[in-house]
This record gives sequence, structure tokens and C-alpha cells, in this order.
Amino acid sequence: MDCQYACPAHTNVPEYLRLIAQGRHDDSYLLNRESNVFPGILGRTCDRPCEPACRRGRVDGKPVAICRLKRVAADLRDDITDRLPVAPAVKNGKRVALVGCGPSSLTVANDLMPLGYDCVILEKLDRSGGLMRVNIPAFRLPASVLDEEIGYVLDMGVDIRYNTPVTSMKALLAEGYDAVYVGSGAPKGKELDIPGRDDPAIADRIHIGIDWLKSVHFGHIEKIESRVLIIGVGNTAMDCCRTSRRVGATDVKVIARRSRPYFKASPWELEDAEEEQVEIVENHVPKRFVIEGGQLKGMEFDVVRWTDQPGGRQKSDVLDTVVIPCDAVILAIGQDNAFPWIERDAGIAFDQWDVPVVDRATHMSSRAGVFFGGDAAFGPANIIWAVEHGHQAAISIHQYCQGLPVTDRPAFGMNLLSAKMGMHSWSYSNDYNPSPRAKMTHEELVKRFSDVAVEVELGFSPEQTAREVQRCLNCDIQTDFTAALCIECDACVDVCPVNCLTITKDGDEADLRGRLSAPAANLSQELYVSGALPQTRRVMVKDEDVCLHCGLCAERCPTAAWDMRKFELEIPYAFAAAGAAAHG
Amino acid sequence: MTSITKPPVRHPGLRRNSIGLTARDYEGAMSTLCAGCGHDSVTAAIIQAAWELALPPHRVAKMSGIGCSSKTTAYFMKQAHGFNSVHGRMPSVASGANAANRELHYIGISGDGDSLSIGLGQLCHAIRRNVNLLYVIENNGVYGLTKGQFSASSDVGSKSKRGEPNVQPPIDPVQLALTLGATFVARSFSGDKAQLVPILKAAFEHTGLALVDVISPCVTFNDHDGSTKSYRYTREHTVELTSVDLVPLRREIGVPGGDEAVVSVTMHDGDVVRFRRTEDGYDPTDREQAIAHVRACQHRGEVATGILFIDESGHDMHEVNGTVAGALAELPFEALCPGSASLAELMAEFR
Ligand SMILES: Cc1cc2nc3c(=O)[nH]c(=O)nc-3n(C[C@H](O)[C@H](O)[C@H](O)COP(=O)(O)OP(=O)(O)OC[C@H]3O[C@@H](n4cnc5c(N)ncnc54)[C@H](O)[C@@H]3O)c2cc1C
Ligand SMILES: Cc1ncc(C[n+]2csc(CCOP(=O)(O)OP(=O)(O)O)c2C)c(N)n1
Ligand code: SF4
Ligand code: SF4
Ligand code: SF4
Ligand SMILES: [Mg+2]
Repeated sequence: MDCQYACPAHTNVPEYLRLIAQGRHDDSYLLNRESNVFPGILGRTCDRPCEPACRRGRVDGKPVAICRLKRVAADLRDDITDRLPVAPAVKNGKRVALVGCGPSSLTVANDLMPLGYDCVILEKLDRSGGLMRVNIPAFRLPASVLDEEIGYVLDMGVDIRYNTPVTSMKALLAEGYDAVYVGSGAPKGKELDIPGRDDPAIADRIHIGIDWLKSVHFGHIEKIESRVLIIGVGNTAMDCCRTSRRVGATDVKVIARRSRPYFKASPWELEDAEEEQVEIVENHVPKRFVIEGGQLKGMEFDVVRWTDQPGGRQKSDVLDTVVIPCDAVILAIGQDNAFPWIERDAGIAFDQWDVPVVDRATHMSSRAGVFFGGDAAFGPANIIWAVEHGHQAAISIHQYCQGLPVTDRPAFGMNLLSAKMGMHSWSYSNDYNPSPRAKMTHEELVKRFSDVAVEVELGFSPEQTAREVQRCLNCDIQTDFTAALCIECDACVDVCPVNCLTITKDGDEADLRGRLSAPAANLSQELYVSGALPQTRRVMVKDEDVCLHCGLCAERCPTAAWDMRKFELEIPYAFAAAGAAAHG
Repeated sequence: MTSITKPPVRHPGLRRNSIGLTARDYEGAMSTLCAGCGHDSVTAAIIQAAWELALPPHRVAKMSGIGCSSKTTAYFMKQAHGFNSVHGRMPSVASGANAANRELHYIGISGDGDSLSIGLGQLCHAIRRNVNLLYVIENNGVYGLTKGQFSASSDVGSKSKRGEPNVQPPIDPVQLALTLGATFVARSFSGDKAQLVPILKAAFEHTGLALVDVISPCVTFNDHDGSTKSYRYTREHTVELTSVDLVPLRREIGVPGGDEAVVSVTMHDGDVVRFRRTEDGYDPTDREQAIAHVRACQHRGEVATGILFIDESGHDMHEVNGTVAGALAELPFEALCPGSASLAELMAEFR
């Protein structure tokens, strides 16, 4: 299933969309929460790797609005607190220290608390959430949403200690915890070393993006000059330019080294910024700060053209040099990991780039019992990856604390169940809804710019929601073929609205792709090839690429050789063991 | 969903023909036949053939009688003209329509009951008149619509679903057409589109009546063991006498030289149908040989398929009768209805 596979935490998308369609928002919320822990937060901010993968995008050009439908489930849920996991009265006697209170540490706590662990979160700041709170601006993610969902985790009885920076790993280890989890993020904004950067005269006009956003969040910064240049075109740049518009800037330009297809920011973020009258300038490489009479006048750039080079790299030719006038500059060109508080002789190996060596699967460092996750593990990523790291690290920590090898990981399970209910009747809505993707309504500009905390996206209306959930192609309802039953009547081949099926002589995949009912050009989508059919020894071939899961093949098959079956991925979580323990 | 409809969405990579249509533009209403009915595959083959020939669907007239087979005209080319006539009477109605407007592409869909039982006389006379019509018999050996009684094409010894054998000898539409002087006679199988689609294309291009007998299993009443019109039996007993390689476009009249096995026949409008002989020495332009061969196959219990006979020198109904060139509907009123003086003149000729 493309969306579920693309989601780092493997959220069961079609199932939660169907639950929304049925008005079962609580169930949908809880199903989400099981894998992604923060549905309300992610329903507003997720990087949505699922959407580019969504099959609907290949059918009519636009994926299902998976992310914003998650928000619908979160917004419309009732009080679900009595259905949340709880920590057992009797603890298991193991203590785990978690450094930082960002999404990854919170996920570890979420998974371990129900097992009876004592989780101690040590947080430098006086508040929870990490970058989600202090960097993602409130107009994208209201504080109330953070409070509620972080509360669900902390309220299990997590020992949360604010204003507690960890300054020495060795000291922390000496405290005798059974395991240590480092979820301290990637807190250092990258520098831009070009002439003028170190001129003390303009120091107060040049900001590091993530620090600046944090200062705005804490109210240390309430204003910026009117003409602002943002250097860089990633997530941070997008939040910086939009925040600038809310704290006084009237002329904001985002400056990119490359052209649009190579931007790190997602297309929808660029759209949102442009809607707020931010100008995006491509192919400009920063050269120097222009300072006259001790004042920042602007920045000089090389205007370049990029050309493809053999070997996949690109090279730039300078076409021109320009000065863009400005009063302030925000540098948003990336983040680095920084671990000044981890002594290099604490038994944790660092690699040649001075970042800790961390196992991709187990999240354990070279020192047994010390785990890393979130941005701290492999550099800056996003919330949903931080969550997935948290789940995996929780499994490792649980293994480790039981004295089991962390490399022994519980297996994924799966279920396949017929969706047939009767004549023309399936356990899901198999009708294809031709509606175009729902468009999010936004708060009007004047109101937005009046206060950083005014949420921009207003959410989907009930009508939009009803249509949008039906755009889902139910990719978990798989077409299941039994070759022995087929009489080769062609009914399925003829009825398929999108020409997925072909009965033909067997061949290797490349050969088969050339002789199907419709071109099968998407090599990332498998061809399903059956065994030999009883009457002619030909094979049934299905190109999964744009299958609507409409079930017409199964409806028209006289022998039930085709069936629609619901696939369910059983994902192992550390907390799953709690059910057994609590009831056992 | 309570009843099924085919959603309007299509494969994004679907090819378009020379008039800009995809094969899906040649579809009609959703079939209400039993799931797995051979007739639905014939419908799909007609859609494919019409698409490949880039027929403008609104210039097609679909004629039919009564039966599951006759219902299928509703399931393709929704833009086309259509006439769903009385049981067995499609040939007369098609003759009339064709007489009035010779400029449409006519396709008649019938069943073995419709054409070989109640409508046998109609079929024979349509063949004799040589109406310019693609005449498809969707032949399943039973009256499907009335729940599976043996039809006139049922083989002796073929068993009904309840186990009774048929005792009356069958009428073979192919042999009938050959003896009545049909100029295009073919047989195929609904389960073999690779063969059926090129045959239908050639038949569409033939001027005069093109009879295509398509074995089209009735999955509900005649697809059991003991039936001689089941999917399995047909697959096991089919002998392909000629295989139609391709029907080239109008400009490609050239025929490959040197290949002994290839026979080519130039159609009226310049198209060339190329055959590859699969049976030693079979010549699809020799009527006597065709009759003998098909009969011999029948005696051996084999079903002869392919384009079995073709004669492009024949004259269709309009040529024989020397009718006016265009469609009556397009004649100027004065020519269509020249007035009482002209009528009197004509009457005088007969006195
Ligand atoms: C401007 C910006 C916008 C973003 N927007 C999005 C978005 O829209 N969607 C998305 O998915 N992701 C977004 N991200 C990325 C996302 O916020 C991070 O990937 C994610 O928060 C990482 O989670 P984490 O748990 O690893 O660490 P963090 O969220 O960084 O949390 C780390 C916590 O550890 C604390 N800490 C650090 N060092 C110590 C120490 N020594 N002792 C004690 N505490 C310490 C910090 O104070 C912080 O609270 C954005 C990032 C930025 C910078
Ligand atoms: C005048 C008349 N007589 C009898 C019938 C009943 N009837 C309906 S369909 C049918 C037979 C159809 O058989 P066939 O043409 O083989 O079509 P199939 O359903 O097998 O495709 C009969 C006898 C009728 N509709 N009209
Ligand atoms: S479910 Fe079956 S009929 Fe529907 S699109 Fe997929 S293969 Fe085609
Ligand atoms: S409809 Fe069923 S029996 Fe017919 S070809 Fe398809 S799978 Fe085989
Ligand atoms: S009764 Fe037989 S001929 Fe009629 S639709 Fe059903 S399978 Fe086809
Ligand atoms: Mg019949």
C-alpha cells in the first residue's frame, strides 16, 4: 500500500479515512495515534511523504488530502482520554532518561510508560514540544493542540523536568539509569561565511533562522525591519518569511541558489508563502553583505545558470551580479547536530563529521544502553521521522532492559480478509468519486498578519471532508486472484475501467510490460503475474499502478477467481507487550 | 454500491486513435448480462475493432433482435444509431435501414436462436440480398435469455445443464452462408480476441454482408462438462484455418513478397487483408474448398475458425439494384419526392 509504505510510521491511511467517512472520528484518531502519536499536530504540519506516493495522484493528478483529513479526525474527536493507554500501578523497576522533550523523546515515553517504565525527561527549556513548539510558528500549529497531545503522553506519569539542560553525558550515565535516550534534536543553525558577515555594525540585522523563530516564539523579538531577505528555501525559510510578514516586514524575498524543482520546501509551502506576498527569487548565489557607512544596504548575489553535468551533478555559470537592497537578513540554510555536552571519551563513538555513530535499525550508539533518535540521530528530518525513531528506540530499550539482544526485533504481521458481503456489496465503499482534491480555506490576509498566533488554515468543511475521504482508492483492499478458478472468459479484463488486467502468454517482466492492455510505464509499481491458467496455460497479469480497487473485476468474475481482500499490516510496538502483561 | 457502473475515469496513458478517441469512448451502457458471458467479450472486441479502425461512432448503426446477444448493442458505441427489433427480424430492419441510408456503418448483432431458429429465413434472404452489413452471430447453442433451451446450433449429443442430450442436427451458419453465396464468412471465439478483433476489422471493411459466427459461451446455461459450446470444449476443439495477420491502413496496399503462406485480398476501398494460411493449402478465396474443409472439420468434431471465405468481387444490395448514390435523407426534396407528374410517368412505364 503506497501511502502506508511511504509513511515513516506506516500509518494505516485508508482505514482511518474510512472511519472518518463513517463519522467515527474517535476511532480514526486513535488508529492514527497508534502509529503517529500526534494526529492533531501532524494533521497540520506533517511533511506528508504519503501524499506524493498516493495512487490517486497517478489517476487524476492530485493525491488525496491525507494529511489535512488527519486534522479532521483530530478536530472532531470527542473526549478520548479514557481510551488512552495508561501506566500500570506496579512499575517494572526500570528507569530511562530521555534528553529533550521533542516528539521523538515523547514517543519513546508514550511507548514505554504502559510497560511500567519510569521515564524521566530532561528538558533545557521551560516548555515541552521541542522545535514543534518553539520553531513551528503558532499560525501553523496552535499551542492548544500541542498542549493537548503532549499532555496525553506526560499525563501517564512521565517525570518531566523543565529547565534542566543536560551538560554532561558522563554525569548523566553516572546516575544509574537503565537506559538513556538522546532526543535533543539538531539545534545549531548553519552559518554563511561571506564578506561582511562578521561586521559588528550589522550584527543585529542578521539572524540565524531557527534562533530567530525561537526568539519570536518567546517574545524576545517582536519586530523586524521592512525589507527582509531570507537566504535558503527549506522549511525554516518558509516559516521565517511568513513570520516576518507578521512582525512588520512588508517586502520579503526568499533567495534560492537553485531553481524551483530543486527546492527543499514542499510545493504547498511555497504556495502558502506566495499567497502572503512573499517573492521567491531563483538561481541567486550570495556573495557579500553590502555595508555602507556602517549600515546594511543590501546583499550582492551572483545570478547563475545551472547545467547538467555527466555523472548527474550540475555546474553553475555566472550570468550577472546584482545587489538586492534590504534592511535585515535571515539565514535559513540548514541545521547541524551539536553535542557539546557529550564528552568524547564517554564511550560513544563519533564519526569523521563529529556526529555519533548510531545503528539505523536499533538506534543504539556504540555504547550499549545509550540510544539516539529524531534529529539527533541522523541529522534534521521531520516530526514523523522523529516519531518513528521513537517507536523503534522504544522497542530496543525494552529489549535491552530485559537483557535481550536489541537486534532481535519483533516481526511485522499481516492479515488478509475477504471484503465480500454479498451481491454487489462490499465492506467498503467501492464507488469511484470523481471530485477534484479539496482546497483548504485560509484565514484572510489582514487578520492573519495581525497576530502570529492566528491559525491560517481553517480546516475542511463537512462537505469537503465527505468528498475528500471518498477520493481514497482503498489501496488496502487488494485484488486477490486464484488462478485455478479462472475460465478465461475475459470479463474482468473487459470491465476494468483503467485497463489494469491482461491475459497473455507468460514472459519476463520487461517483455510483459510491452504487451499489456495499457502502457505500464511506472516501473516502481509491480506487475502481478499469476500461475498458468487452467485452460490455455496463459497467465493473468495485473499492473497495480492505477488500480482503483473498484472491485468490478471481482463483481464480473463468474467463478470468484478474483476477490477483494482487505490487507492489514500488524505493526510491532513496544507498548503492545503491555496488553499481554496487563491482562495476563 | 447496489448495482454496478463503470466509473468515468480512465487510464492516464490510454492511446487515442486518428480521430482523437480512446477505446473507452466506444463503450456503451454497463452490461446487464451474467458475469462471464461470452457476449460481453464480443462487445469488447467490437469496441477494440471500431477503435482501431477509427470509425466515427455517430456514423454507425447497431441493429439487433431479441436475446441476450441482441441486448449487447446497448453496451457499445453509445453515440451510434440503434434499432432493437422483434425476435429474428433484425435482417429485415437492417435491410430497410441500409436501403434508406447506405452511408452508415451497419452492425447487426444476433444470436443462434434469433438467427437460426425463429429468424432463419430472414438471415438467408439478407445473405442473398448481400446487404452491406457486419452480421455477428453470438453463438452459444442455447436460448440464453429464456433460460437455456437448446437452440438450432446445438450439436447432436451436446448435453443440457440437466444432462439431457440434444438429438436434432445442428444448423451451421458458416456452411449455410457459404452455400447461399455469402461473400465474407468467418468464425471465431469470444475467448480469443487476438483472432476475433482482426476478423471484425476485416468484416467491417467488407462491402456486402460479412457473416461472423462467434462461439460465445453462455456461462450460466451452457458452460458445463458435456456441452460442446463451453469455454473449455471450444478451446480444445478449435482449428484455425487462416490467421489474419493485419488489416493495413488504406495507404499501405503493398503486400510482402516471397512469403508463400501469405494470401492477400484487396478490399473494395483499397484496404488489403492478409492471411497467413495455417492449414496446408487452405485457400480462403475458393468457395468449394471452403465448404468441403469446414464440413470435414465438423465431421472430425473440430471447430474451424478464421476468415473462411472472402470474395471481394461481389455486388451489394445497392449495386445490384442500381439505387441512388447517397443517403435518402440527404437528397434534395425535389429529387426525393419529384411530384405527381413524375409518378404518373413511372406508372405509365408499367402499363
Ligand atoms: C523552522 C522549522 C520548521 C519546521 N517545520 C516542520 C513541519 O512543518 N513539519 C515537520 O514534520 N517538521 C518540521 N520541522 C522539523 C521538526 O520540527 C523536527 O524534525 C522535530 O521537531 C525533531 O524532533 P526531535 O524530537 O528530534 O527534536 P526537537 O524537536 O528538536 O526537540 C529537542 C528538544 O531537546 C531539547 N534539548 C536539546 N539539547 C538539550 C540538552 N542538552 N539538555 C536538555 N534538553 C535539550 C531542546 O530544547 C528541545 O526541546 C521544522 C523544523 C524547523 C527548524
Ligand atoms: C416472437 C418471439 N418468440 C419467442 C420469444 C422468446 N425468446 C426471447 S429470447 C429467445 C431466444 C434467444 O436466443 P438467442 O438468440 O440464441 O440469444 P441468447 O440469449 O442465447 O444470446 C426467445 C425464444 C420472443 N421474445 N419473441
Ligand atoms: S479493482 Fe479490478 S476492475 Fe477495479 S481497477 Fe482494480 S483491477 Fe480494475
Ligand atoms: S472474470 Fe474471472 S473467470 Fe473470467 S477471466 Fe477474469 S478471473 Fe478468469
Ligand atoms: S443467460 Fe447465458 S447468454 Fe444470457 S447473459 Fe447469461 S450467460 Fe450470457
Ligand atoms: Mg443463444
